[in-house]
Amino acid sequence: MATSATTLEPAPPQEAPRRRRIPRKATTEPLWVRLLLITIAVGFIAGFLLMPLFIIFKESLLKGIRVYYDALENPHAVSAIKLTLLTAAIVVPLNTLFGVAAAWAISRFSFPGKRALVTLIDLPLWVSPIVAGLMFVILFGRQGLLNSLFWSGGKQVFPILFEPAGIVIATLFVTFPFVARILIPLMQAQGSAEEEAALTLGARGWQTFVYITLPKIKWGLFYGIILCNARAIGEFGAVSAVSGHIQGLTNTIPLHIELMYNSSQMEAAFALASILSMLALLTLVLKSFFGWQAERQAKEALESTP
Amino acid sequence: MSDAVSSSIPYRRFGNRTILPGFHLSLGYTLIYVSLLVLIPMAFLVAKVFTEPFAATWAKITSDRAIASYMLSFGASGIAALINGVFGFIIAWVLVRYEFPGRRFADAVVDLPFALPTAVAGISLAVLYGKNGTFGEWVHWAVGPEAWRAGWATANSNIGVTIALTFIGLPFVVRTLQPVLEDLSTDIEEAAACLGATRWQTFWRIIVPAILPAWLTGMTLAFGRAVGEFGSVIFIASGVIGRGEITPLVIYTTLEEGLYSQAAALGAVMLVFSFLILVVVSLLQAWNGRVTGSASV
Amino acid sequence: MKFRALSLSPLRRAVAVIAAGLIAVSSASVVTPACAAEEPDQILNASFDVARELYGDFSTAFSKHYKATAGKDVKVNLSFGGSSKQAKSILEGMQADVATMNQETDIATLADKDYVAKNWRTRLPDNAAPMTSTIAILVRKGNPKGIKDWADLVKPGVELVIPNPKTSGNGRYTYLAAWAYTLRSPGGDEAKAQAFVTTLFNNVVVLDIGGRGATTSFITKGQGDALLSFENELLLITKKTNPGQYEIVYPSVSILAELPVSVVDTVVDARGSRKLATAYVEYLWSPEGQRIAASHYYRPRNKEIAEENKELFASIPLVSVDDVFGGWPKAFKTHFGDGGLFDQVYKKK
Repeated sequence: MATSATTLEPAPPQEAPRRRRIPRKATTEPLWVRLLLITIAVGFIAGFLLMPLFIIFKESLLKGIRVYYDALENPHAVSAIKLTLLTAAIVVPLNTLFGVAAAWAISRFSFPGKRALVTLIDLPLWVSPIVAGLMFVILFGRQGLLNSLFWSGGKQVFPILFEPAGIVIATLFVTFPFVARILIPLMQAQGSAEEEAALTLGARGWQTFVYITLPKIKWGLFYGIILCNARAIGEFGAVSAVSGHIQGLTNTIPLHIELMYNSSQMEAAFALASILSMLALLTLVLKSFFGWQAERQAKEALESTP
Repeated sequence: MSDAVSSSIPYRRFGNRTILPGFHLSLGYTLIYVSLLVLIPMAFLVAKVFTEPFAATWAKITSDRAIASYMLSFGASGIAALINGVFGFIIAWVLVRYEFPGRRFADAVVDLPFALPTAVAGISLAVLYGKNGTFGEWVHWAVGPEAWRAGWATANSNIGVTIALTFIGLPFVVRTLQPVLEDLSTDIEEAAACLGATRWQTFWRIIVPAILPAWLTGMTLAFGRAVGEFGSVIFIASGVIGRGEITPLVIYTTLEEGLYSQAAALGAVMLVFSFLILVVVSLLQAWNGRVTGSASV
Repeated sequence: MKFRALSLSPLRRAVAVIAAGLIAVSSASVVTPACAAEEPDQILNASFDVARELYGDFSTAFSKHYKATAGKDVKVNLSFGGSSKQAKSILEGMQADVATMNQETDIATLADKDYVAKNWRTRLPDNAAPMTSTIAILVRKGNPKGIKDWADLVKPGVELVIPNPKTSGNGRYTYLAAWAYTLRSPGGDEAKAQAFVTTLFNNVVVLDIGGRGATTSFITKGQGDALLSFENELLLITKKTNPGQYEIVYPSVSILAELPVSVVDTVVDARGSRKLATAYVEYLWSPEGQRIAASHYYRPRNKEIAEENKELFASIPLVSVDDVFGGWPKAFKTHFGDGGLFDQVYKKK
């Protein structure tokens, strides 16, 4: 295991000797082709991906730092930030728990309908967010088929629709595949030999999970959580459908951004957008790091259990 | 994908007979969670569609406006997926095969469309490609006001929609191609070169067949995501029929009109499509597994 | 055997975990103050898209007034969106104590389902509309396309930005105003009106969902040669947000837009907020409320305050929906209902 780690870990040094070994460039392209391709790739990334990011920061500071801070200190903006953070704080742990449970069931056991279950877990990624939101409006709505269950005396039994809970549920739906999707292939690749060994040696179920499984899937778990969190904070379409757009109560950051944008308050919209962009950049950094670690763990597992 | 692994573990009926604990707990939790969050809401969406007379529903989902929106949604998503197919391949190739300053940075930035909230991307693209925006101004100047008007506009137009859909789809292609390209052994390329193949022949005969399933998977993923995309595209779309009105926007407008069951009908059409995409993706992945001989997901 | 005994209880544990999760979710909403049980000190006003500034200011003024007269601190929460969507959201259960819309049908929908008393239009003065507006045309500075009246809008090469009549009151009033203009022109009839409106909508480049979205398209994104919207929205642009860059053109005839309000009876009865909500709505007719309306460029009903602001609002002939179209319910059904005339007018080019 230790040897496989040392051979796999440093990716760039591995490439360098390979190129030295083949000076004839039988497996690479002429210099001008390489330069052209690099230029195209870098140009595309710069123009298509970085430019929109740059525009956000430029627009947010167009009227100066004072306006920028004012936009962020606006009480409606503050409550939008609070609601978004609250939503993420509820959604991410619940979906993490689900992801671990689903990955455990799917990667460790055989049962009929497994493939269907995996497909079902994937589905929210491909459902249009606006359709996702619509589903919950129809489910919880007063004109819906279940109105006798959720409504009594003109009030909701549990305040869900047009209330923060509705936003939480819609976000739960759109973000629930992330952790499971990352963990399932990772845990499948790792296999269960170590867990079985631990259990044979007398460890209890939870001990096995905490001391054997969890460390093995740690990086994949972080990776999934980061993705889940990014989507939970940024979700727009689904949340837009179930929110009553009540300023200060049920507007999340993306909804507040839309409101500001459509109120011709561009600076305010972009000020909040810049906050989310910084969060996105942080996500990218963590994602690269966790993703790299998770890949290493998966490869180690494949190497050690051929 | 799961078969490859489960075959390495002895088959167990319903998980009993294994010493691993937690089967009922984890599966029970998973099933209840999935039922509450996915199956029940979806069932009620479909049920809502059938509470209305079917003829009216059919008229709505086959109206000129709906059909124009499907054509635009699928057309623009398809074009976006092709653009991503080309540039995504170049980017993945460059990131895997070449060494250049800033490679790691470029590699990380590819995921930006995943990490950036859709609404944020939406307002940024709308400003950037609008008539007064940096890129929009260039295009407006380059094509002239007449052509801009005739359909070359980069905002509130089909082109604008395509741009936004390209933006969100790029990482799918790059991220599916990258691992396959990394695993591609250069030995075969060397052998081909030794046997006298030109670099171009090696590319077409050796590399493309090996990465084709992954390439198509990436493009299908980008396509599937683009068809359902909402946040990043509505700010650059427009409600004009056949000119920037995508299906999710029609659903949104129908919701705004308060016509929930019609919105549900259009939503159900989109759901059917989501299932189709999922089926195609899993078929492509099975193919990919056969071609590369590995269990990748 | 031991395993089996253990393996059954986890299922129950799973149920317990799910239940705990759901409780956590619903308790998150309990902590928010939206559902205070008795003597609520907050009400929710569900309003239409471009009324943000008006009802923002008015609600602050009302809170102050209520504190002074009733000695109680109250907060008015605001929700803005397409007028019809807001009505539908209330039907689906949004706890809005007050509905302030831009056309009669949106409150009539609520009355049809008995969310609002059937006599809502008569229990308040002025058809329950404390203010009015009309549709006008906004052009870029110097009026480069020489737009003077409705007829100039259908010329080839003129690009229009109009909010979507399917989803917004501004769009509907614009459509009806153009229709009424053709009917009033010499030799005008229904067929000519339909042809005129068809040409008009053929010139549309952006059909935004809401009125404010249309403004953003025209101003910020620089789309189109003319924006058609409520007078108050256009005056807001020329007087406040972008002075000197745009001009308002008043057509030879336009439409009277009555902006109705009502207390949502089912909600105020369930929440016990009738007193507060009624005070809020009635305060709209007070001199203070009328002044706030005028300061946001809505035409006030109060004669004196209208006189004070008369240089603000051009006096052009305004037709009413009741006179020309036989009332909103009929107009809505013929023109904007599913498969109505607008669907025929507005097709793919």
